[in-house]
Amino acid sequence: MTFINYAAREINCKIVYYGPGLGGKTTNIQWIHQKTREESKGKLISLATETDRTLFFDFLPIELGTIRGFKTRFHLYTVPGQVFYDASRRLILKGVDGVVFVADSQEMRRDANVEAIDNLRINLNDNGYDLTELPYVLQFNKRDLPGAMAADEMTQELRLREEPIFEAVATRGDGVFDTLKSIIKLVLADLRKR
Amino acid sequence: MMSRTGLVILEEDHANFIAVLEELLEESNAKFVFLLDKNGQQIARTGDLGDGDPTALASLAAGNVAATEGLAQLIGETEFSTLFHEGEKDSLHISLISNKIILLVIFDEHSSLGLVRLRVKQHLKELAGVVNVVLTRDNGGSASLTAAALGDITDEDIDALFG
Repeated sequence: MTFINYAAREINCKIVYYGPGLGGKTTNIQWIHQKTREESKGKLISLATETDRTLFFDFLPIELGTIRGFKTRFHLYTVPGQVFYDASRRLILKGVDGVVFVADSQEMRRDANVEAIDNLRINLNDNGYDLTELPYVLQFNKRDLPGAMAADEMTQELRLREEPIFEAVATRGDGVFDTLKSIIKLVLADLRKR
Repeated sequence: MMSRTGLVILEEDHANFIAVLEELLEESNAKFVFLLDKNGQQIARTGDLGDGDPTALASLAAGNVAATEGLAQLIGETEFSTLFHEGEKDSLHISLISNKIILLVIFDEHSSLGLVRLRVKQHLKELAGVVNVVLTRDNGGSASLTAAALGDITDEDIDALFG
């Protein structure tokens, strides 16, 4: 849910990184945090388990600049990917303006990707959203791994509509900012339409 | 489907919120008073947070409220309208207004849980009044306000954000 504060001249939007466990959602956010100018980013908050698995969420606020006198701020969240944290995932989707789905390119994670997209659709519905209408970007992560599936095959299995697709290697930043820019553009374009 | 039109805070709303928050801060002898929405977006704040980061605080407080609400529903409650976290020096008092907005008060030994709870209760109605003005307008007019603010944004404007 976009939040427009006329007093502070700010537009705030919420973007959620979703996907199967260990797919690289947190790595995307960490890369963005690492490579964003100090004055444009806030504190990165990670609520993780002792073994560094996301327990509740990661949170990173970034500020992009001003349009028409309004500061544009984006709150980036990740969800915990592990299946049994479903209640937490549903909570984090509340008030979302756009979703990035981070798919794991490894063949052995094929079913996990499909299940996670279905889980996204269900949890969005529970929050009153429709995945076919929401700004949405698909990222194929871990392209560098030897067991990576062909991008065409992944597209065929995972693409829901005409959403933009980006290939990525989040550990070295490939495709991370392209994905982010794409979802931000879709969110702002969607705001303009409303 | 739920409307995806967001919350819009006008300058007069902000001034109205600040007026109540300043009274609450003084009367409760608290350090910091913060109003945010359930998604962790900041609405208004007054007092001294020291080195604290208000954006991080807002996000974590909203996460806290969301998780607690999930717990409440699991045991058959709709919500827990008040949360209290006691620290060695500073403590946090969190309450929900109209089930949409979060009021967070930070206080130390210059105040007490009883006093904060009493003052929050006394100002809750006033705050709910302002919140309802915002929410009621949200039902009808915020789409046009959003359009007014963003309607003339071009693709070039969006590209320019990325330098």
